[in-house]
Amino acid sequence: MSEKTHTPLFHVSRRPAIPAWHAWAIRIGAVIIAMILSACIMGLATGQAPWNIAATQFDGVFGTPRRLWITGQNTAILLLISLAVTPAFKMRFWNIGAEGQVLVGCLASAACMILLGGKIPNPALIALMAVSAMAAGALWALIPAIFKVLYNTNETLFTLMMNYLATQLVAYFIIVWEVPKGSGKVGIINQTTEAGWLPVIGGQENLLPIIVGVIITALMFVYLNYSKHGYEIAVVGESERTARYVGIKVGKVVIRTMLLSGALCGLVGLLIVGGLSHTISAELAGGRGFTAVMVSWLAQFNPITMIFSSLLIVYMDRGAGEISTIYGLNHAFSDIMTGIILFFIIGSEFFINYRIDFVRRAGKEEKTNV
Amino acid sequence: MFDFISFIPRAVVQGIPLLFGATGETLTEKSGNLNLGIPGIMYVGAISGVIGAFFYEQSAGGNMNPVLAVVIPLLTCLLGSLLMGLIYCFLTVTLRANQNVTGLAMTTFGVGFGNFFGGSLIKLTGAEVPSIALSATSACFSARLPIAENLGWFGQIFLSYGFLAYVAVAIALVAAFVLRHTRVGLHLRAVGENPATADAAGISISRYKYTATCLGSMVAGLGGLYYVMDYASGVWSNNAFGDRGWLAIALVIFTVWRPNIAVLASILFGGLYILYLYIPTGTDLAVKELYKMLPYIATVIVLIIVSARSKKENQPPASLGLAYFREER
Repeated sequence: MSEKTHTPLFHVSRRPAIPAWHAWAIRIGAVIIAMILSACIMGLATGQAPWNIAATQFDGVFGTPRRLWITGQNTAILLLISLAVTPAFKMRFWNIGAEGQVLVGCLASAACMILLGGKIPNPALIALMAVSAMAAGALWALIPAIFKVLYNTNETLFTLMMNYLATQLVAYFIIVWEVPKGSGKVGIINQTTEAGWLPVIGGQENLLPIIVGVIITALMFVYLNYSKHGYEIAVVGESERTARYVGIKVGKVVIRTMLLSGALCGLVGLLIVGGLSHTISAELAGGRGFTAVMVSWLAQFNPITMIFSSLLIVYMDRGAGEISTIYGLNHAFSDIMTGIILFFIIGSEFFINYRIDFVRRAGKEEKTNV
Repeated sequence: MFDFISFIPRAVVQGIPLLFGATGETLTEKSGNLNLGIPGIMYVGAISGVIGAFFYEQSAGGNMNPVLAVVIPLLTCLLGSLLMGLIYCFLTVTLRANQNVTGLAMTTFGVGFGNFFGGSLIKLTGAEVPSIALSATSACFSARLPIAENLGWFGQIFLSYGFLAYVAVAIALVAAFVLRHTRVGLHLRAVGENPATADAAGISISRYKYTATCLGSMVAGLGGLYYVMDYASGVWSNNAFGDRGWLAIALVIFTVWRPNIAVLASILFGGLYILYLYIPTGTDLAVKELYKMLPYIATVIVLIIVSARSKKENQPPASLGLAYFREER
């Protein structure tokens, strides 16, 4: 009892790099524990056995061809937004403005459809939509990037604000374009002419985002790992001083990467408006710009791994959504479940980066201390 | 003529939740934690208060004790937001996780938590409208001084609010004083600016980070409670709180991390938030949506000006967003 020096129970130290499979085993373990826990919580909430819950969940996500397509499409869209924010994150530029960048992309595509629909040939219209959506997204990302380079303005907070500017801008144009007047909705744009609607491949409108998702994933993987740009991004992210020392123009890299990030988000906006919703509303991004931050981080900024992390989030979201529909729970339930899973994975990262050594004491002393 | 006497009280009641949120977030950020979970925490604070009030109203039936009617929701609200603060601290301080990701996950979780339990309570009451009305509890929270009505414009502008509004101002002023003029405040700022140096000076980094972040969460949670019980007259409906949590984070930047400035700035933000109702736009409803951008534009401008002038005392805490690990310097 009179022990003067306090011996800690354990000692935490930074681990040297551990083998990749080891790290992934820890992460997958965390996901499994979280999934079991969430199934138990859902079991408690519904009065069902956890394994029944898990089965219902699986069925809700993959059960029918239609569900499978929607899951694929949701995953592809989330994956694309996550890929878009990844180069910026690798550079340690915390772009949490993907939500806004996607929305302005949606807005630009919708503007082209409404203002030019039927006036110019359809292929030209779609090309114009693509260009303007990507330009709009890029512009939305460029503004914070410029100030980051000029004055080192905090980009997390700036991009966050840009989201709300985008939301209000969309709200403004919805009222300008609303059909019928006073409804507060734009409705399906060009329903009869289908002008500016992206081509439906193989009779399945959900296929196009999936194809684009696969292509962009491959391109992004190559870009980040095997191109000079990707290398520069990695160096800037690791150490800005080193980058400057070896002659990389940091400002140029930041602006170029953010333009790319924003343009990709704008492209997602095009896919959403031109290919899926055919309308414009302020909820089109639906928080996925924020979710993408977590998806990208969960995958450790690796485009291939990101396929799985976005599928995981979509699985949780749609699975819990299915549970809440069947058992009459509130749909917000899926957000709680997603949150719990994220907490576990975020926490598991600690055990990858740090090692805990329990401090061994002499056997006798240990007994008296317990 | 612009109607200031009706405008100012409305701006104030809009501003009070933001003031709570901003004071809480300022305390948190001063310890070096950028808690993007504030929007979620405010939801959790609000719904925890609603749950407490709901069950008290159910059990008390008709004869409610006004003191208990205030204290129970207050305690449940503080408890709920404290738990959220603890989750955040455990992940970012003890486990040294990425703060941005943790914060966003907290917001997803918190908003979901609020809407889920809100929705469940609504189902429990079997009401036809998608909301719960706790008017009896709300009456206790929003009780005004009886003399306020006799004092004309003075009473309307200064005395027409429930007690939580004055609590918000008091907490902000106390927080500002503690941060600037006390040893504890000095230590806290040291932790946020340069944890390694603070650690060397014998300040317990984890303890300061935990305390500041949990206190900050509790203060922010009160903002949610004020919103439901006073501003919304005890009516909870899902997603009604909206994006006020993010606006509170914006307010922290706008006030360059000073809660005393936040007292007035929150009223300004509240005013900007509802200004569109007062600006005559005729039939052009669309322009009103553009006016709603004003608080965000103001924040962006302040953010740019502050970073461009780069005065030391107006900068974010130097280690904001970074986890501290003693063995890694």
